[in-house]
Amino acid sequence: MVGMRQNGSAPALFEVDNVHFSYDGRQPALDGVSLRITAGEKIAILGSNGSGKSTLLKLLDGLYFPTSGAVRYRGTPLSETVFNSDDFSFAFRRAVSLVFQDTDVQLFSPTVWEEVAFAPLQLDIPDDEVRARVAKALATLRIEHLAERTPHRLSGGEKRRVALASVLSLGPDVWLLDEPTTGLDPRSQSWLIDFILERSTVGETFITATHDLDIVSIIADRVYVFDETHKIVAEGTPAEILSNHALLLQCNLIHEHSHRHGELVHSHPHGHEGHAAHEHAA
Amino acid sequence: MARSVVERTLAGVTESLEQSLFAEEIAREPGALQSLDPRVKLIGFLALLLAVSFVHNLWVLVSLYCLTLILAWISRVPLDRFVKRVWLALPFFTGMVAIPVLFNFVTPGNPLLVLSNSPYIAITEQGARAAAFLILRVGTSVSLAVLLVLVTPWATLLRALNVLKVPTLFLLVLGMTYRYIYLLLRTSSDMFLARQSRVVGRMKAADQRRVVTNTMGNLLGKSYDMSQEVYFAMLSRGYRGRPRTLDQFQMKPRDWAWAAGLVTLAVVAVILGGR
Repeated sequence: MVGMRQNGSAPALFEVDNVHFSYDGRQPALDGVSLRITAGEKIAILGSNGSGKSTLLKLLDGLYFPTSGAVRYRGTPLSETVFNSDDFSFAFRRAVSLVFQDTDVQLFSPTVWEEVAFAPLQLDIPDDEVRARVAKALATLRIEHLAERTPHRLSGGEKRRVALASVLSLGPDVWLLDEPTTGLDPRSQSWLIDFILERSTVGETFITATHDLDIVSIIADRVYVFDETHKIVAEGTPAEILSNHALLLQCNLIHEHSHRHGELVHSHPHGHEGHAAHEHAA
Repeated sequence: MARSVVERTLAGVTESLEQSLFAEEIAREPGALQSLDPRVKLIGFLALLLAVSFVHNLWVLVSLYCLTLILAWISRVPLDRFVKRVWLALPFFTGMVAIPVLFNFVTPGNPLLVLSNSPYIAITEQGARAAAFLILRVGTSVSLAVLLVLVTPWATLLRALNVLKVPTLFLLVLGMTYRYIYLLLRTSSDMFLARQSRVVGRMKAADQRRVVTNTMGNLLGKSYDMSQEVYFAMLSRGYRGRPRTLDQFQMKPRDWAWAAGLVTLAVVAVILGGR
C-alpha cells in the first residue's frame, strides 16, 4: 500500500480490520480493507464508481456487517447483535449519521418538516426539543421557507440542503457523506464545502466518499484510495495523493487525455470532475 | 391519428403530474378553507359527507351541492375546472348504474316516456327521480372529497388523519407511497421519453407491448432497489420499527367556529332532509 501513515496515538473512532464484504457471496465489494479513523478528522475515501466507497460507508454506519474481519466503533465491534441493544443503537445513531448519495432515497417523508423531524423523533427526543431542533436545523441551512414543501418539488441543491438538515437535527459527531457534490451546481458545491469546513471546526468528524478530486484537498486532512479491485491501495495527505498521477491513473480517478492545439498534439492526466493537472507529453 | 401506447402513457403521466401541480397551487392560495386547521376540514367535510348519505330530500341535496360550490368559490378554486373534474368522470361510473334504474322493469311507476309498447318499456317518474338522486348524491360526495383534497396539501391531510386514530404506521406508509408515486411517475416518464426520442416512424403493436413490459419490469426493479435503500436511510436515522410522528397543528378560535358551523349545517341538512 502506498504511503500508509495512520494516526496511531489518539484513540480510534473507527477501526476497520481486514474487512471482506460481498453482496452476493461471490463478487467482493470490499477485499481486505483496513483503516483507522480518530475523532475530529476529515477523511476522504477516493475511488472510482463501484470501487467500494459507498459499501464502506454503509459498514461504518452499521447498515451492513462484514462477511469477515471487523468494524469497530469506539472499540465495540459492529454486528447485528450489538444493534439489538436499544442503549447502543440509540447512542450510535445519535452520534453517527450517513447522508446518502441519492437524495431521493434520503428524503422519504411527505414534507421537509417531517423529514427533518424524523430522526430526533425516532430517537425518543421530547416533542418540544424536536420542534426546537427542527427549527434550528432549518434556520442553519436557510431552508425555513421549504418546511411545508414536498421533497419531489425541490431542486437538486435544495434537496441536498434538506438531506443535511435531516441529519443536522440529530447533532451527530460523525458525518458520513456519500458523493455529496454529485449533481450540484457550482454555487451549491461551494456552499456544501463551506458547511463541511464550518462543522469540522467544532470537532465533528467528516468521512466523505468521493471521486471529485477538486474538493479533496479542501474537505480532507487524510485520504484513503480504493482501486478497482475493491482494495485500499494508498493512504496519505491530499497533497501526497493528488500529486501521485500513476496512482490516480491506476485507480481510474484520472485518465490520459490527448488533444490538439494547432500543430501541437499534447496529452495530460484528466480528472473525472475536471482535475486540473496538466502535463505536456509531446 | 391514433396515438401509440408510448405517447398515450406519456400524456397520462404528464396529466397526472399537472393535476398534482394544479392541486398543490390551489392548496397554497390564501382562500377561506386553505387557512383552516386540516383537522377542522377533515371533520367538517366528513360530517357533510354523512349528511349527503342520509338526506332523502332532493332540494336539501341540491342545497348541499350549492354549499360545496360556495365553499369552492370562497377558497379560490376555479369553478369551471372543479365542476368539470367531477361531472365529466361521473357518467362513466354512476351513469352505468343509474341507467337501468330509469326503466319500469327496475323501478315500476308512472310512465314519463314510453319507449316501446310490446314489450312494454318506459322510463318512469319514480325511476327518473331515483336516478337523479343517485347521481346527485354521488356527484355531491365526490365534489366534497375533491374540494377537501384541493384545499389541503395531501401530506397535511394525511397527518390530520391522526385525529381519526388512524395507526401511525399506516400513515407513515401512506405518506411514503404518496412521496414515491411521483418519483416513479417521473422515472417512468423519463424512460418513455428516452424511448420515444430513439423511435423513427410508428412502432409495431408487438414492439409497443415489449416497450411497455420492459418499462414495467425496469420500474419494478428500480422501486425494489430503492425500497431497500430507503429502509437503510430510515435505519440510519434511528428507525426501529416503532414510528413516532409529531404534528404542528394549533386550533384557533376561527377554526372552532368553522368546525361548529360545518357540523351544524350537516345536522340541519339531515333533520330537514329526513324521510
